[in-house]
Formats: sequence, structure tokens, C-alpha cells
Amino acid sequence: MNEELPLEGLLLKPSRPVGIAGYGAYVPRYRLPAREVARIWTDGQGGLPIKEKAVPGLDEDVATMSIEAARNALKRAGVSPSRIRAVWVGSESHPYAVKPTSTIVAEAIGAVPNVQAADWQFACKAGTEAMVAAVGFVGSNMADYALAIGMDTAQGRPGDALEYTAGAGGAAFLLGPAEDSLAVIESAYSYVTDTPDFWRRAYAKYPEHGQRFTGEPAYFTHITEAAEAILRASGAAPADFRYAVFHQPNTKFPQRVAAQLGFTEEQIAAGLLVPLIGNTYAGAAIIGLTAILDEAQPGDRILMVSFGSGAGSDAFILRVTKLINERRDRAPRTQDYIDRRIEIDYAMYARMRGKLVME
Amino acid sequence: MADVLIAGIGQSPVGEHWDLSLRELALHAIQAAQQDAGGLQPQIVIVANMLAPLLSNQAHLGALIADFAGMSGIEAFTVEAAGASGGAALRAGYLAIASGQADVALVVGVEKFTDQIGASAEAALASAADSDFEAVHGITSTAQAALLMRRYLHETGAPRQAFAGFSITAHANAASNPNAMYPKPISASAYQKASLVSEPLNLLDIASFADGAAAVILARSDLLPAGYPHPLVRIAASSMATDTLALHDRPDPLDFQAARLSVERALWRAGIAPDQVDLFELYDAYSIYAALSLEAAGYAARGQGWQLAQNGDISLNGAIPIATLGGLKGRGNPGGATGVYQAVEASLQLRGKAGANQIAGARRALIQCLGGPASSAVAHVLERLDDRSASRLTID
Repeated sequence: MNEELPLEGLLLKPSRPVGIAGYGAYVPRYRLPAREVARIWTDGQGGLPIKEKAVPGLDEDVATMSIEAARNALKRAGVSPSRIRAVWVGSESHPYAVKPTSTIVAEAIGAVPNVQAADWQFACKAGTEAMVAAVGFVGSNMADYALAIGMDTAQGRPGDALEYTAGAGGAAFLLGPAEDSLAVIESAYSYVTDTPDFWRRAYAKYPEHGQRFTGEPAYFTHITEAAEAILRASGAAPADFRYAVFHQPNTKFPQRVAAQLGFTEEQIAAGLLVPLIGNTYAGAAIIGLTAILDEAQPGDRILMVSFGSGAGSDAFILRVTKLINERRDRAPRTQDYIDRRIEIDYAMYARMRGKLVME
Repeated sequence: MADVLIAGIGQSPVGEHWDLSLRELALHAIQAAQQDAGGLQPQIVIVANMLAPLLSNQAHLGALIADFAGMSGIEAFTVEAAGASGGAALRAGYLAIASGQADVALVVGVEKFTDQIGASAEAALASAADSDFEAVHGITSTAQAALLMRRYLHETGAPRQAFAGFSITAHANAASNPNAMYPKPISASAYQKASLVSEPLNLLDIASFADGAAAVILARSDLLPAGYPHPLVRIAASSMATDTLALHDRPDPLDFQAARLSVERALWRAGIAPDQVDLFELYDAYSIYAALSLEAAGYAARGQGWQLAQNGDISLNGAIPIATLGGLKGRGNPGGATGVYQAVEASLQLRGKAGANQIAGARRALIQCLGGPASSAVAHVLERLDDRSASRLTID
């Protein structure tokens, strides 16, 4: 913590109140059970970090999946795409190293040409990083609407611990003026240090990680610091929230950090999707938020804290408005995508994810 | 010859210290030992370390640590004998004082293990084996211990589950050690369910490598400051032996010959019999090592070491307590620092300061650390001096 700044100065608060005008989730339909990974690599031995993970189909990538989620967000908001002044996509699985995913998405949803478009990269918090920027864009009156997306088709080296959980999915949020929002973003706070717990070098196919170093010094430190700072600076306590969602790389981590911070199992239940879809990386915290918005009621407060390796956390405090009730059912709910499920085995997974050497 | 006293002891908690460097770990232990010793100024610094050149790209630890501890100019060097480095450094400190070359010596063991992970950490550990004839084939020390255990089970007919007693005892004793990596007991069923690492060794047969540092200040007995606050503990005997580096060069791999010789020599030099030892801090990097070490030290006949883990003989109130503050399994395995941790822990027992794990009336402790499968073995006998001896001792 930087003790020199007054608490109030730590909060990211726009001059014009901003909120979520529309949200949309997307999860591909294929599921690889974790026991399948164990069957191949550990003879079925050892614990499983989740039940199963979502796997993108052969014709899906972060661009197509972002378009699906963005269309859902636009349907809920009921805003003309031409009024969107920024399309920002956060991911660590952008299809191109050079060439934006966001231009594809902007074109597909009809937001071109009067628009900012850029790709964000900050491991698993690229999506919330785009959200913070969109809060600034709208909150400064530079735009009325900005679209922030976090989406991934996460990579895990075959046999690595990450392969059990590296899933696919994410969410899109159309941010706009608070008065046109189904949830107002009361404040945000970001906590960042240079902590190399997980990374993928240029041209490398799979990421590397520092094993247990990804736990205490990375995930737990950053989420805890970010959550405690935003709560303290906002004068809020865990009991003030109906819901909380934390980055969810596996089942245990968010459960443990929630308990450490004083949140109950009930508060995190709605947003805890990792057991059923895996770690959706840049989409992980925010798809938990879409699941919460699917059931939240006007007046409910929500705490969301992401985590991105490298490392940092973005924390948000949201308050649901009464617009939620009329907008919620304009698009498929997160659970609808989770229920849409086709189980595959490891061989099909290897084919679909391009794990076989073809030439 | 003057008695060589362990005048000061200090240790860092064993664990994964991501935020501490090798030198910081060492400094913490050094400062604790200096404070404990009441201001004795060392004339020599001996560093025990096994892996720093490979894991931290750092050799030359003598100058590094002496400088970082504010002792620049002092004699300082590293002693390396794989897992026996700590014992070998303790012996070097003992020899420095016993020979009259120094009055006060600082022996600090330090290992910074978490600078590397995965294959590079395994490769560093494998450097303690015979590189040309063992490591080149890909065997690790864990795989080698598994081969030994398989052979042991075959030859002795010991039930596999019998080894649970070593791990359960170590963890039970670690539970009240604030410096232990795993300060919690484990159950027999947890041991039974533990996943296999290298058959027949499971996860709970194997001590975890971890970061740690421990330090002792050795001093000639007539140099203690006035008002020295602790009961006096002396090094009654010190010995070291070696065996073939490669396990396959031994006619009988289950005979830890160097372990046996080092204990025999230490006991002979101390003028005591094995049953005059009140506790034995042995090198339980693997549960099979504990059984073989007990046999080598003469506490069990060949092939019978496992039986000591069945009926409480190795527990705190047993015939020969081992791992009294957790051993390698419960405290953690801080590589080359292990032998110095053993000296610190045995000193706590002999001072009567081992808390809930105190061995009642402990007077003599045998400590032993091993490099590889007892390719190196260092043994020391530590002894508490009674009140009569606490007066100024004569130098002969």
C-alpha cells in the first residue's frame, strides 16, 4: 500500500457517474472433464481443481466469441452500435500478434468507423483493465458508450497443471452514463506490482508459471490488497455486499481469498463458475459478474476483484439499479451457456485445440 | 584442549521465502545467533551451502555473507558436501577452535531453494549424485531412495505401511516448532492415501526442499562473557566419513557405511556408548533414510530399523527420540543448512528450551547429516555441561 496517498485519492472515480448499460456472456459449448486430463497424464491419480472446462469449437476464437458476448450486451442495453465510441478487447489469446481483434469485433457489431479500437493485454485482468479505461472514457464525457470485453481461449501446455483449468469464455460490458445503467460502478481501484508469476514469451505457444509462486505472492497478495483498499477507501465492509466475485483460476483460490476477506460462501456462490467452465482468464472475474447480474435485484451491491499475472488486481464496487429487471431477459443468461453442454474426450480436445502436429 | 561450546544459536523459519534473498536469509540467522551468544565476535565465518552456484548463480558465499553481515575483512569461506554441508561446516568450525586457530567461529548454513523451479531445480539437486554415471541416466535422489526402499522391503519383509511411523512422528514433533515448514500432525490414513511420487515412496515419505538459514556461534569455553545466560552445551565429538559417490558401486547399498562410521567415530571420541545418547537428530530426507540411519547408528539391527517406528521408540519419550523438532520431514529440508539446523535444535534440547518437545533431562544429543545416500556423513555429539563444569574450564 502506498500510505502517502489519502484513502480517497486511491479510488478511481469519474467526474460523470458511469455504469453498465448492457452486459453479455459467452461460453463455448464443448466441455472437457478434468478427469479426462488426469486419465491421460496422471493415470487418474491426484485431486482435480475443477469438474470440467469449456473448450472452444474448431471455428471459434477470441474474435468470434467476443462478437457473441458483445451482441448480447448490445441487446440488453438497447443502444445503437453507432453510438459506441470505443471497442476494447482484453485477452491473452488474441488470434493475431499484430492486428487488432477489436477491429473485427467493432466491424461485426456495426460500431465502425467512428470508434476507438484496441486490444488489451494484462494476463487475466485485461478485461477489467479495459473496463477501467472505459469508465474513464465515458466518465470524462469523451464518449457516451464504450464497450469493454474480456475473452479468452486459454492455453495450457499438455500435461501441465494449467491444462485442467485453461478454459474458454468471457463477457462484454457496454459502459454508459449512470442514468442509463443497470448497475452503477461506484468506484474502482487498481493495485499493481511487477511480480512475474506467470508469463508467455513472444512466439511461445504455451505460458510458463512459477508453480506455488503464483499463489501467495501473486494471486492472494494482489486480490487482498486491492479488495481491502477499495473497502477501506469506500468505508464499506463485506456485509454491505449481496455478492462478491474474485478472479477464479481454480475452485479453491477464490473460496479461500473470499473467506480471508470476510465474505461468505453465499456471497460468492452466484459468481463462482470455474468448477463448470474452467478458468476463462481475461473473462474469469467478469463472467462471474454476468452470472451475478443475471439474478441480482435493484439495490444489491457487488464487489468484483480481478487478478492478472505479472501482476495486478482491479477492484470494482457496483450497485444494481432498477433497469436490471427490464434488460436482463433481452439476451441469454450465463447459465444458459453453461447448460448448453457437449462433453468431449481428450482426443477430441487435442484435435479441436490444435495439439496434434499436422506437418 | 579447551571445550568447544555452542555459545549462540539462531534460525530462520524453513519455508518458501519468495521475498528473501540468500544473503537476507543468512543475515537473519546470524543476527539471531549473535544476539543469543551475548556479543561474542567471530574471527572466522564458515558458510554451509549446497546449491547456490546452480540455483542462485552465486558462488563465493564466504565473502558475500561476511560482507553483508558487516564483518568484511574476516576469514570466510564455503563448505559444500551436498546434504551434509551443514555438518561439514560445523566440523570445520569445531576444528578451527579446537586447533587454536580461532577463539570464536560463526557457522551459518543457508539454502535459497525457491529461486528456481521444475527441471532446473531437479537438475541442481542431481548434481550431488555421480554426474557421469548416475545423473546422466536421469535418476534423481528421490528415485534412488525409492530403489533403496524397494530393495529394503524385499530383503526385510517389512510391511510398506510400517514407514508411516517416521513421517507421523516427524510431523507430530514439528507441530510445536515455530520454525517448521509443516507445523501440523498427519494421520496414518493421510499417509496411506498420499499420492505416489516414485513407487514405493509417497508424498509423505519425502521431505520438502525449502529455503532456510541457521547459525551457531562456536567459542572456546574460557571466553564466554560474564553473565552468559544459557546452560553450557559443548561439542563433545565431531567426525566425518565418506562412501562411494555412486550408489551402484557399493557391495551392499542398504549398508549406509559412512553413516555407520561417522557415528562410531563420534561416539568413540566422545567416550560414550549409543545408549548414552538422549536424542538422535538424523537425516530423514526420505523415510527409508531414517530406517537406514537408525540401523547404521546401531540403534537397530540390520533390516530392523522400521520396527522402531512401530511402538514409540522414536517418539519424544521413547528409547531413542528422533526428529524431535520435526526433522527434515516436518521442519523442511533446507539443503546445505540442514546440519546447522540440527545443531540449533539439539542445543535447544540440551538447554532445556525445546518447549512442548523437550526431552526430559536431555544431556547428550547425536546429530547426523548425510550427503546423497550417505556418500558423505557427518556426526556430532553435543553435550550439556553440568553446573560444576560451568565454571571456567581448563585448557590442556
